[in-house]
Amino acid sequence: MTNISIEAPEVVRGQPYPGAPDNWKRFFTFSTDHKVIGIQYIVTSFVFYLIGGLFAMIMRGELITPEADLVDRTVYNALFTMHGSVMLFFWTFPVLVGLGNYLVPLMIGARDMAFPRLNAVSFWMIPIAGILMMSSFLVPGGPSQSGWWAYPPVSLQNPTGNLINGQVLWILSVAISGVSSIMGAVNFVTTICRMRAPGMTWFKTPAFVWAVLAAQLIQLYGLPALTGGAVMLLLDLTIGTSFFNPEGGGNPILYQHFFWFYSHPAVYVMVLPAFGTFSEVLPVHARKPLFGYRVIAASSLIITVISSAVWVHHMFASATPSWMRMFFMVTTMLVAIPSGVKVFGWVATVWGGKIRFTTPMLFALGGISNWLFAGITGIFLGSAPIDLHVHNTYFVVGHFHYVLYGAIVMAIYAAIYHWFPKMTGRMYYEGLGKLHFVLTYIGTALIFLPMHPLGLMGMPRRVASYDPEFAYWNVVASIGGFLLGLSTLPFILNMVSSWIRGEKVGNNPWRAYGLEWLTSSPPTVENFEETPIVISGPYGYGRHQPLVEHAPNPGLTDFPESFTKQPSS
Amino acid sequence: MTVYAVLVTFASLWMAKQAYSWFPPEAAAEAKLLDDLFSLFTGLGTFIYLGVIGPFIYSLIFHRAEKYDLSDGPDIEGNTWLEIIWTVTPLILVVTLSFVSYRTYEKMSIRGPMELVHLHMPQMVEPAYAEPFDSTPQQEIQEAVETSPIEEIDVVAKQWAWIFHYPNQDVTSTELHLPVDRRVRFKLHSEDVLHGFYVPAFRLSQYVVPHEDIDFELTPVKIGTYRLRDSMYSGTYFAANQTDVVVQSASDYQQWLADAAAQTPTPAFNPANYEYSQVFEPGSGNTKDKVAVRGWATIPPAPPPVVNYAPKHEPESPPV
Ligand code: HEM
Ligand SMILES: [Cu+2]
Ligand SMILES: [Cu+2]
Repeated sequence: MTNISIEAPEVVRGQPYPGAPDNWKRFFTFSTDHKVIGIQYIVTSFVFYLIGGLFAMIMRGELITPEADLVDRTVYNALFTMHGSVMLFFWTFPVLVGLGNYLVPLMIGARDMAFPRLNAVSFWMIPIAGILMMSSFLVPGGPSQSGWWAYPPVSLQNPTGNLINGQVLWILSVAISGVSSIMGAVNFVTTICRMRAPGMTWFKTPAFVWAVLAAQLIQLYGLPALTGGAVMLLLDLTIGTSFFNPEGGGNPILYQHFFWFYSHPAVYVMVLPAFGTFSEVLPVHARKPLFGYRVIAASSLIITVISSAVWVHHMFASATPSWMRMFFMVTTMLVAIPSGVKVFGWVATVWGGKIRFTTPMLFALGGISNWLFAGITGIFLGSAPIDLHVHNTYFVVGHFHYVLYGAIVMAIYAAIYHWFPKMTGRMYYEGLGKLHFVLTYIGTALIFLPMHPLGLMGMPRRVASYDPEFAYWNVVASIGGFLLGLSTLPFILNMVSSWIRGEKVGNNPWRAYGLEWLTSSPPTVENFEETPIVISGPYGYGRHQPLVEHAPNPGLTDFPESFTKQPSS
Repeated sequence: MTVYAVLVTFASLWMAKQAYSWFPPEAAAEAKLLDDLFSLFTGLGTFIYLGVIGPFIYSLIFHRAEKYDLSDGPDIEGNTWLEIIWTVTPLILVVTLSFVSYRTYEKMSIRGPMELVHLHMPQMVEPAYAEPFDSTPQQEIQEAVETSPIEEIDVVAKQWAWIFHYPNQDVTSTELHLPVDRRVRFKLHSEDVLHGFYVPAFRLSQYVVPHEDIDFELTPVKIGTYRLRDSMYSGTYFAANQTDVVVQSASDYQQWLADAAAQTPTPAFNPANYEYSQVFEPGSGNTKDKVAVRGWATIPPAPPPVVNYAPKHEPESPPV
């Protein structure tokens, strides 16, 4: 092994950013570096996660007793509306975009995203939209109280008569975040299709990148429908058109079609990168190639296609004709197949592996087990007759929180821990990480499992008060909820203190096999000094074959010997 | 391996049995159909869950790296047969589940009159699916479901009250009374926003859409008092938009109708109205004063409904 120079690493290893501050201040600039933007997304959305979580705690506080005694009904309604909206639009979407931003260029051997300035603009729209949404707490009628669906005619009712009201701010905020997402999607799709390193054919591209591509394609076909629906709703609300307002002859069910045509596939925009994360984390910590990699990769695109034709399962109880109920019942159930293929692949990946229970591995394993459960209850919901009983009950809330919290948030945590050494060059504290995992896993089960029996018993969602027969399970759920709130403390402590003074580890502490680990930690400004030339597929554990033709960052030497092809003689 | 498979099978059967106990009483013919379907889903779901999670946990326990072992695991990329099997099996499974769901849905025949034509007039073009797929125990249910509706009731939902109108006797009520073992057809109307007509004991819900009349049928089969809830979020007092459903014997039901018809309509107690008035005239020592945080403006509830019959509730009793 030839050491090229001793000086080179010094320049490479720091975090120099030409012309920009070389410390934490760079995260407050209009940076065009995809890595800075990635971390900006992640940290900003985490702040919104805490805000949304606070709303959830108050809601669970209200629901600990049957009466509406902690907060007034209008406050409760505003809280669940803001909770759902913030969690989806300002936490889950942006944090996943942030992870994608950070990882995709590194994983495909690119120096940045295709449109770095557009990327920065997309990011800065998020805090603006988020602050706009929060500002609705300060307008006279308070925040929107119509739920994150904003179904008319409820969303068109305006008790204050003001032109500036919570609902208008809500629509504007969601529209801005939608525009940001469309710009982001264009950027991701272009980057992934055009900027992969030479030699990185589609079936040499990591599963995470496939998943991000599949997810962003959904944004491209779906968001225009949602945006169109939102504009029509805004017109109904402000200038009195009647697209959806029954008073003027409009059709509120039409809005539901616009809304769900995007918002069902949107769940896959969120869950696909989570699947991608599982596919990246498991091979590293089980030290085995991803089982059935090609099928897992392709199944992401299949999900993109099928999920464009299932939206009516949210409308089985609307004035939906039977043929439509039956058609969408079948399409909905078909999604189980590509999703199932992934689960089987993950199980086969850990089977016979050399598993190490690191924190990212624990979160990935926990996330997969939760996803399995959520996928099965999803099949229940897909069956039209069953849905007619549990629709809009806590059963649905239990189901989608198992997906959103149990699988997606767990995957986000897995990703943050797994790539933390890459982002910072330092290691997190394993003990705190494990404590975080245990609290999260138990909390998730305690809060979201009881929602299933509650729904079967007939407790509707979105109620500020309920019949006493539902009290028992609600108390359990509230305890679980407070536990989840508590679980974020070790995480925050861990991240902050490890970033400042965590143990410095090399460039590749996991001995992971992938392009992103072929550069320094944290990576240099343009990631790779020389464009890597990829010669084998991802996940080459146990195979002892080089990944690239030559070292993209000559001088960095602490990689497993199998990483780069040695010049023969 | 075999032992585990047997255990999983037993666990699944047990869960399928348990599933029945997770529901409110089966007060309608449709509820029995739904519970059977749900039990099937629970059994298969348990089987799949345990079938996957078992090997998963097994490998997590037994395939861990030794302390100082830094080597890689076996380099296994895939297995075509295995992959085909685990694609085709779920495919068969979901196609089966769709089919069974479809049959259950057909049997419930809750849809509007256009679609009911086929079922109620067997002499007309008869699709093959009309014959019940497993006969004996279901036969009674099926007959109950296939008879023509004998009662027609108008249901009016508004922010935030339910009003039931019995057109033959011209009776109005804020409590829903139904005769047992008779098929009932509802005509659902909404005066303002979307509401959801939902009786958990009947296992059925249907949105009530403004400016649209929706037909909805069911057959109560068990005498008792159940809860009707608004399942579709409908604004501020949504959670209080509930009422009782009283399923009675045919004679009690007729008696109730006759009594109600004799009464002059009076304004009924309405929780939404009551709460609204408390928020704006506080200080009378009621629950509303105990609310820790007061909120924002709301659209005022519609005036209390004027009906022949209203349950005699004290102001304290509804869940506020
Ligand atoms: C196996 C795959 C899945 C199936 C078959 C499925 C099925 C369903 C169905 C039929 C509903 C409608 C229930 C109702 O409104 O009564 C529903 C609701 C929901 N699902 Fe899923 N789902 C799946 C995966 C997901 C994923 C991946 C997510 C999110 C990342 C998700 C999030 C949600 C949400 C948020 C709702 C509630 C929508 C609302 O009522 O506001 N689901 N799911
Ligand atoms: Cu309470
Ligand atoms: Cu959906």
